[in-house]
Amino acid sequence: MLENKEYKVIGTRPIRHDGVDKVTGRALYGADFQAAGLLHGRVLRSPHAHARIISIDTSRAEALPGVKGVVTAKDLPDPGDKIADLGEGAVNLKHLCDNILASDKVLYKGHAVAAVAATNPHIAEEACTLIDVEYEVLPPVLEVRQAMEPDAPLLHEHLRTTSLGETADEPSNVASHIQHKLGDPEKGFAEADVIIEREFVTGTVHQGYIEPHNATAHYNQDGQLTIWCSTQGAFTVREQVAEILQYPISKIKVVPMEIGGGFGGKISVYIKPVAALLAKKTGKPVKVLMNRADVFEGTGPTPASFIRVKMGATKEGKITAAEAYLAFEAGAYPGSPVGPGAMCIFAPYSIENVIIDGYDVVVNKPKTAPYRAPGAPNAAFGSETVVDEIAEKLGIDPLEIRLLNGAKEGDRRADGPVHPRIGCIETVEAAKAHPHYTAPNGKKHHGRGVASGYWFNIGLESSVTINVNSDGTINLIEGSTDIGGTRASIAMQAAEVLGISAESVNPSVVDTESVGYTAVTGGSRTTYATGYAAYEAAQDVKRQMIARAAKLWEVEEANVQFADGEFSSINGKEEQISFRDLCARLGETGGPIVGSGTVNPGGAGGAYATHVVDVAVDEETGKVDILRYTAVQDAGKAIHPSYVEGQIQGGAVQGIGWALNEEYIYNAEGEMTNASFLDYRMPTCLDLPMIDAVIVEVPNPGHPYGVRGVGEVPIVPPMAAIANAIYDAIGVRMTELPMSPDRLLKAMGKI
Amino acid sequence: MRDFSYIAATTIPEAVALLDEKGESARILAGGTDLIVQVREARRDVDWMIDIKSIPEVNVLDYNADSGLTLGAAVECYKIYADDAICDAYPSLIDATTIIGGTAIQGRAGVGGNLCNASPAADGIPPLIVLNATCVIAGPNGEREVPAEDFCTAPGQTVLEKGEMLVSMKIPAPASNSSSYYLRFIPRNEMDIAVVGAGASVTLDAAKQTIVSARIALAAVAPTPLFAEAASARLAGREVSDEAIDAAAEAAQAIARPISDMRGTAEQRTHLVGVLTRRALNGAIQRVRDAT
Repeated sequence: MLENKEYKVIGTRPIRHDGVDKVTGRALYGADFQAAGLLHGRVLRSPHAHARIISIDTSRAEALPGVKGVVTAKDLPDPGDKIADLGEGAVNLKHLCDNILASDKVLYKGHAVAAVAATNPHIAEEACTLIDVEYEVLPPVLEVRQAMEPDAPLLHEHLRTTSLGETADEPSNVASHIQHKLGDPEKGFAEADVIIEREFVTGTVHQGYIEPHNATAHYNQDGQLTIWCSTQGAFTVREQVAEILQYPISKIKVVPMEIGGGFGGKISVYIKPVAALLAKKTGKPVKVLMNRADVFEGTGPTPASFIRVKMGATKEGKITAAEAYLAFEAGAYPGSPVGPGAMCIFAPYSIENVIIDGYDVVVNKPKTAPYRAPGAPNAAFGSETVVDEIAEKLGIDPLEIRLLNGAKEGDRRADGPVHPRIGCIETVEAAKAHPHYTAPNGKKHHGRGVASGYWFNIGLESSVTINVNSDGTINLIEGSTDIGGTRASIAMQAAEVLGISAESVNPSVVDTESVGYTAVTGGSRTTYATGYAAYEAAQDVKRQMIARAAKLWEVEEANVQFADGEFSSINGKEEQISFRDLCARLGETGGPIVGSGTVNPGGAGGAYATHVVDVAVDEETGKVDILRYTAVQDAGKAIHPSYVEGQIQGGAVQGIGWALNEEYIYNAEGEMTNASFLDYRMPTCLDLPMIDAVIVEVPNPGHPYGVRGVGEVPIVPPMAAIANAIYDAIGVRMTELPMSPDRLLKAMGKI
Repeated sequence: MRDFSYIAATTIPEAVALLDEKGESARILAGGTDLIVQVREARRDVDWMIDIKSIPEVNVLDYNADSGLTLGAAVECYKIYADDAICDAYPSLIDATTIIGGTAIQGRAGVGGNLCNASPAADGIPPLIVLNATCVIAGPNGEREVPAEDFCTAPGQTVLEKGEMLVSMKIPAPASNSSSYYLRFIPRNEMDIAVVGAGASVTLDAAKQTIVSARIALAAVAPTPLFAEAASARLAGREVSDEAIDAAAEAAQAIARPISDMRGTAEQRTHLVGVLTRRALNGAIQRVRDAT
């Protein structure tokens, strides 16, 4: 019934509510924050990838005129053995604290060691050079397979592998081992006519959001702590800071400023607790800003990984078995996204026999953080390349083999869940029918590749409050940071319920004291879950408005109906009043109307994408140019198609960067040598064609308008799609990311 | 960022006297697109920034078909490529000035600063070398001239002595049937630093079949930009052919002493010297042949 519904607001393309302020430079970001008596903080970071801290002497820094306070890990409360619950999962509190300010060891270059507050940023910077830290330098562990060796240097003397519920006796860099098994893989491979097994390596990559992290903290005289910052979730900042500082959440207010991108990287806190410590020590508001090198070296990228994929299929192309080994670098502390990688790797296929092993491994690199469908792109690079090779071996069109084996409603994923209504096959069909797929592409060294991808999407808690204005507009209060146009997509869902225009909704993203609990903008959940809360809040408003109309007309509520923005009386009295006119009469009918909606929906709908890409390879230099790119994706229902297209294009572009040039480059000492946007080579607009975004709509039954999350899955297929296109162009299978010019030259045997 | 003092000099003698007095603690400020960044990132210690943009001689941009080009040390890139006569005469210089940074940087940065910054990967230097540029230097003992290929001595180091400054670069008028070409390899299409750069100038005979003379220069494959003298000499008197060009490219590869770093590996760079030298020579030859 969702399929053919006509909407008035949903599916249109109004101008985003926050657009004018952003394009005119008036929107306030964290770095813009000013306050009387503001001090400026600066963090001293470790020059070593792995070292024991022998001593820290801050006396020379403290003596510098203009310095108002210096903090180290000693200023943090003792975390003990506590496991902190941060809503998204349990975290060892000591690890969390040590990542904020290192106590006994530094575990990556850029690891925060101390921080200074001073009257200006230049003094703070100079004071950092006056902090004397004595280190005992230890050998770094920089690669996941090396870290898994039994004789590898240990990052944590107390870390023991948890494997399928059992904890090992000996310490190890392997934090955990997970396994998913479905059917009988051995039998499945025995049935296969063709079996392909390949190994893959992917590099460490950063989200590359344009706005660096920032935080300003201030304690009132009564101990009330306020933090103004850039974050994907004000409430998760409140939770993390409360745990780290062991301070009650009711004494912490977090004010989210505008955000200049996050992609998952602005969920974990880094400098926010540091700003709070400095504010406490100095009694003044303290602002801490990162520069770009701080961001690369001191915040979470997404992991490098080693992946082995084995798949078998019959001559007819039926995939009979699949096996994956995923070893992910967690960075300095446990917690890589190997779990989601294992959940997603074979999800575009209906396969009866599957075994997936995942390993979470610590290395001397920054603690990894989420990045757009965390874990899934690494995994898909392996599986989607192997599927391409199977199709090639069998002489089957690569989209055809995906149709033949495509996941559908009722299929069980290897990690357990059974698919509800999904749009996997629909995206493959749309890609196949797209003119791009049949366009000629026969030039020398030009190639075409395809790949599919899956991301499960999440629900989680959201709250929305609607205040009805007397002029027929509403103020919509929400707690979801707006990264990709969600003020608009959430407002439009409320507008649809109330029969008003998107412009009649005034959405505000507010602080943690001004709206109900709302989880992070992440997991592609915001338009889905906060949109759902807005729908519920609008329904609440509608119910109350019906009661007012009934009161006005002295009829039963059951005899008032609401359609097309008009309330009318049925069964007898002929009365009619518009939403707008009724808004003007709230005072006389009982007072203001406030609607509220809170949700924690379980029906997040998984999203599928299938991408088609054409490349040209310069055989002499190894450079790959993207000539044409088509990204097909199931959005469930595109509330605001332009912003869905924007998400699809952005995900594809970040995937192109990941595929071709982006990576953390380390020297033997474990120092990142390209911690700048000059040498960490993200694509610019000159490196990209227009990304053709194609929206497929297979409504999600778990949302009133059929919404699925759209932000993450578009980064899953690009790496494999491009690798497959490179193979088509030059006959070389690339199995290591990025597929940079030097690697292509090597693979082609030119160097 | 550390504190420093700023002085705007208005004459060459004033700037020279300041440089002589302040010594190592002073640095010339023109566009500032390298200097300011280096000081901000604490990669260079500077107490005095001496702004030369008010000195007339460093702002000269004068082209004459007989005497050639005088390019003041502080002339910004955008002024160079805005001049049609210069574009026609020295296309390799235009190839370089249009890819140094982005549009905003090209509004401030100049070839003189690019030369004095002495990066091995500087895009502005190979064109100066292949165009036979001479660097005019002012100092406490008067003026002297140094060929462009001898100006840089090590990464960030030049022949400039205490108290000396670059005033201008003089480029001879192009010979008939000559042209030049510069290109670099970067993994992206813009906003990057050369993994390898190669420039070439060629003069052909009247029939445009035989190479009368050629000059090849390389960037990012040694501590300084290189004049590939032997490779250049091999082309003189040879008929234009793939064999001749391949031989020159091989000779250019022979002088490359690249390192491996985050921008590329040594073997990749050596390989690219061959590719880019061929492309630069073919590009320059094509320009001669395309000219009417």
